[in-house]
Amino acid sequence: MRTYLAFFKMRLLAGLQYRAAALAGMGTQLVWGILEVLLYRAFWLENPDSFPMDMAAVSAYIWLQQAFLSCFALWYWEQDLFDAVKSGTVAYELVRPVDLYGMWMARSLALRLSRAALRAGPILLLAVLLPSPYGLRCGVSLPVFGLFLLSMALMLVVVCAFVQLLYALSFHMTDATGMTTFLSSVASVLSGNLVPLPFLPEKLRTFAALTPFGSMQNVPFRIFSGDISLADMPAALGLQAFWAVALIVAGAWIMRGGVRRAVIAGG
Amino acid sequence: MGLYKKFFLIHLKSHMTYRSSFFFLCLGRLLLIGNLFLSVYFLLDRFGTVQGYTLPQLMLCCAVVLLSSSLAECFGRGFDRFSRILATAQFDRILVRPRGIVFQVLCQDMRLSMLPGLLQAAVMLAWAIHGGAVVWTPYKVLVLALMVLCGAAVFFGVYLLYAAVCFFTLEGLEIFNILSDMPREFGKYPYGVYGKGVLWLLTFLLPFALTQHWPLQVLLDRAPARYGLLPLAALLFLLPCALLWQLGVRHYTSTGS
Repeated sequence: MRTYLAFFKMRLLAGLQYRAAALAGMGTQLVWGILEVLLYRAFWLENPDSFPMDMAAVSAYIWLQQAFLSCFALWYWEQDLFDAVKSGTVAYELVRPVDLYGMWMARSLALRLSRAALRAGPILLLAVLLPSPYGLRCGVSLPVFGLFLLSMALMLVVVCAFVQLLYALSFHMTDATGMTTFLSSVASVLSGNLVPLPFLPEKLRTFAALTPFGSMQNVPFRIFSGDISLADMPAALGLQAFWAVALIVAGAWIMRGGVRRAVIAGG
Repeated sequence: MGLYKKFFLIHLKSHMTYRSSFFFLCLGRLLLIGNLFLSVYFLLDRFGTVQGYTLPQLMLCCAVVLLSSSLAECFGRGFDRFSRILATAQFDRILVRPRGIVFQVLCQDMRLSMLPGLLQAAVMLAWAIHGGAVVWTPYKVLVLALMVLCGAAVFFGVYLLYAAVCFFTLEGLEIFNILSDMPREFGKYPYGVYGKGVLWLLTFLLPFALTQHWPLQVLLDRAPARYGLLPLAALLFLLPCALLWQLGVRHYTSTGS
């Protein structure tokens, strides 16, 4: 365990070095958030009755998305690792006396956390300062906030475990590009990245909530914005925990099989 | 022009050499734009209209922005990667050749991944026409063509601006992506949807609305016909861009050996 913690810390510190990139990312995220809120505002003004969430809840959802983009964005995988598997340089990782799955998991978690740590603060601060239905309201009770944090942690694990599954699958195919592009666009719809899940048609929404994608940003952001009632939270959190475990088990198993099968030529 | 065609063919051939990766690139694009369409579809399915625009009318808007950004990206790609051209001193080679500078930068790289974009824009356009979004007249066809071409020109102006700034900073400024990515991403709705503030910014400062929001009103019979010629006014944006570019070229000092 200490090895993985050390690895995690190393990657975290490395990630915190990229401050200029964080600044540019923050600017983009801010403009993006403002335009997104304005867009939903137009729909809200058009017909408040067909709005499935509060306007304030939608705004909170959008701002949390902007602040914690790196924690849930599936496309923030590391192309390096796919390339390593493809070209065979993964051998350098395999000779280390640590489990590949655990090492890469620590790496993903650290990368995503370090990116969020640099970007989230200023975005959240500005979002809180915005006028009422368009900003981030912060009137959540303490127990709900606790559940929100728990759900955020579960989200991070589910997202990383899903990406680990992709790395593991890439051992079994020559080129992973097709799989990753396809899955990332499916995920964009089902995870509530494109539009928050309550805005989807009824059947699709029910289906999406049950998939692993529905256990990502959908749960914590809607808990914070007050869109999931206290009574429904245990079920949502339980599903998140289930997917976290299931994805880790599946990913570790497939990766072990992949490593055993892998043939790396060269001396 | 003959030379440009030759370069185009070279790039086409080089893309076709790696057929499978080109195919996946196109597939990815197709899905990405498919998602863009879905995001509009889901919301319109629930609300019916937004500020009086119906789904076919919004498809028209999507198609125009998609077409102009695809065109600009295909042919202006060299400028998009300009920081690399400067960093690798390729610009020295460009300066000594007896051809226009802008022309040569354009020839450096061409992206054929705009093909799926063009295809999808055509489908959207067909849907918009079939859905009866517009009562067509010859004048409106002209306006539509102006929207696409001048829209591409404004995107191109942003690329040029980005490249000109590279002369001074020597590295690409990511922040510039806001200027080209945001209008493309959010151009799926007429810019007026985002409120007056955004519309004014995009009319007078970064004139994307002149090629999208205002002439669209003409196509939908919501504004007097003379608004249809506003895309031409957007071309004025190229002037300051070109000026800054000239300034940048003069500022350039080679590190050459």
